[in-house]
Amino acid sequence: MNRTRSVFVWAAVALLGAGAVAVIAMRRGEPLNAMWLVVAATCCYALGYRFYSKFVAAKILALDALRATPAERLENGRDFLVTNKWVVFGHHFAAIAGPGPLVGPVLAAQFGYLPGTLWVLGGAVFAGCVQDFVILLFSVRRDGKSLTEMAKEEIGRVGGFVAYAAVIAILVILLAVCALIVVNALKDSPWGTFTIAMTIPIALLMGLYLRRIRPGKVLEVSVIGFILVLLAIWGGRWASLNPTVADIFTLRAPSLAILVVIYGFAASALPVWLLLAPRDYLSTFVKLGTIGLLAVGIVAMHPTLHMPALTRFTDGTGPVFAGKIFPFAFITIACGAISGFHSLISSGTTPKLIARETETRFVGYGAMMAESAVAVMAIIAACVLQPGVYFAINSPAGIVGQTAAAATTTVSSWGFPVTAADMQALAHAVGEQTLFNRTGGAPAFAVGMAHIFSQSLGGETMMALWYHFAVMFEALFILTVLDAGTRVARFMIQDAFGHIYAPLGRTSWYPSILATSGLIVGAWGYFLWQGVKDPLGGINSLWPLFGIANQLLATVALCVATTIIIKLHRTRYAAVTLIPLIWLVAVTFTASWHKVFDPDPRVGFLAQAHALAAGPATAATARLIFNNRLDAAVTAILVLMVALVLIESIRQWMGVLSGTRDARVKETPFVMTRLAEGEV
Amino acid sequence: MSRLIQAARIVLAVLREIFDEAAYARFLRRAQIESSSAAYAEFCREREASHARRPRCC
Repeated sequence: MNRTRSVFVWAAVALLGAGAVAVIAMRRGEPLNAMWLVVAATCCYALGYRFYSKFVAAKILALDALRATPAERLENGRDFLVTNKWVVFGHHFAAIAGPGPLVGPVLAAQFGYLPGTLWVLGGAVFAGCVQDFVILLFSVRRDGKSLTEMAKEEIGRVGGFVAYAAVIAILVILLAVCALIVVNALKDSPWGTFTIAMTIPIALLMGLYLRRIRPGKVLEVSVIGFILVLLAIWGGRWASLNPTVADIFTLRAPSLAILVVIYGFAASALPVWLLLAPRDYLSTFVKLGTIGLLAVGIVAMHPTLHMPALTRFTDGTGPVFAGKIFPFAFITIACGAISGFHSLISSGTTPKLIARETETRFVGYGAMMAESAVAVMAIIAACVLQPGVYFAINSPAGIVGQTAAAATTTVSSWGFPVTAADMQALAHAVGEQTLFNRTGGAPAFAVGMAHIFSQSLGGETMMALWYHFAVMFEALFILTVLDAGTRVARFMIQDAFGHIYAPLGRTSWYPSILATSGLIVGAWGYFLWQGVKDPLGGINSLWPLFGIANQLLATVALCVATTIIIKLHRTRYAAVTLIPLIWLVAVTFTASWHKVFDPDPRVGFLAQAHALAAGPATAATARLIFNNRLDAAVTAILVLMVALVLIESIRQWMGVLSGTRDARVKETPFVMTRLAEGEV
Repeated sequence: MSRLIQAARIVLAVLREIFDEAAYARFLRRAQIESSSAAYAEFCREREASHARRPRCC
């Protein structure tokens, strides 16, 4: 493309993107077609990748195609392996795409579609993609070192320790939230519970097939497993209509919570090959397929968004979770905009597969853009619902009332009309007994997705199958995150305990496996139980806690990145990571302050504990007071630890800039690549 | 047409990598053995040690 043509094309993309964003931002009082979001997102990502990531690559990182990467220098055919960039991209995207970009935007839709959309687009292009990109490159230049190791080397021991502690804390809260979402999606749902229960024998069959019949043919067995899962969804209707079977699979939230805890412990303590590895493959297969299907469905159906651009709940009185638009919209949506957890993936497996430094831009920046696109799809899925339906599904009984009549009256009084008959008809259409009080985002997303799909494939008669397909898809890969996360946390604790007593560090020593599995499952199980018993539905307290922890980890990652950039004497460009860092500090510290000290009992943990203590005492009061104080303590400790990293980082920057500290970075020395151009 | 074939090859390569088929093929080449139940069991043991430590995002 010649230069004039290129300028013309990119100017057209910029104009189109600006126009689409303007329509999204200005439209008031009438429904908006989802294609405006699709066009705005496509243009923003294209411009961000073409110009901003190129600027970061050239001016700050100075990517060098001639510098040998660890995949080339340390190639061992296992962890370190020179790999095609498309393959690394797919691998990286599969690792970073979890339930977060689907659930967070659905919850944040209580503010309207506008805040979430703007944060997802702007946050991804200027913060999330940049974080993933720079951390990936810095890890590549350090032989694939992890974020905690880089924090220790570049900032100091405090940085390393805090990064480690933040990861453990995030894992515990993340796993509790994941478990709570599954419990809320499956409670009183024999169809959904039956389908998920069936994935266990299906995974066992897959495991045996892989071991005994066709060793290593994972794609083949995943297709077979997927067909069996579709049959299980179809069989779920029968299970829900058969009184005896339905009775077995109709479980209350506490029973489901206990089953999930037992599952988590077994997943952590038992060998993975028979059940977990095949489930992991099946989950990945379903995840990638469903995300692709949803993207096609949205573009083909271009549904209308019924949620207004902004709702009355920007004032902080929202029923889904309490708190004002700032800072709570920005911690509720993490994975679609910026997620600290991604920095662990970018400094984990991926840097050991990169063939050339120049490919880190495509993999790091590009995969995060794809993740952000998933978040846009989730916003669309939530906002195609009538707002009254959205709030009736997502509001806890503690806010809207226990009965259908009370819930619909309360939701309608907010200006979002909905009737008990509407909700009954919708529940019937999706094959559920009720859709009230389904907090957690997953059921609302499933209803939205079923709504989009049923418009083209099968109509209203297929609505129930699509809904349960969506529930199965979410529950399956949330459970995969749950079992994989529990094992990762177990290994991390074993590594730490190994420094105190060597046998505890041995990952094959069963007493250590059982003790550390019990510890980690007990920790997230406690928060899960707290969420299940919470009269406000659990999500109100746990999701913000998770969002704060996740964004605090991103703060640590950006501290590491900014420190390295300053040490590289590229201070004039440090704003690229410094501005997202300042924004995240403002967001997370403000959110933490509100969650601990806000006088509104629905927002502040301590205020809620105080209100409970002042109110009528019940059998649960003492436990609820303790839980609120515990949540306040966890939040405060996390913020204090990250404040320490921030102070330590600022001392480093001041020292380097004033010349009193060593500015050398701990990069691996340059080695010329031996890969020919075009190879790989 | 050739571009389509190339794209399909890339998609297949990505899927084979994500689903560990490529890793298994590399394992067989490295160990210089044929695919079998025992070989796959050994591959799974080796894979478990590194795989289970991989963080998975939320």
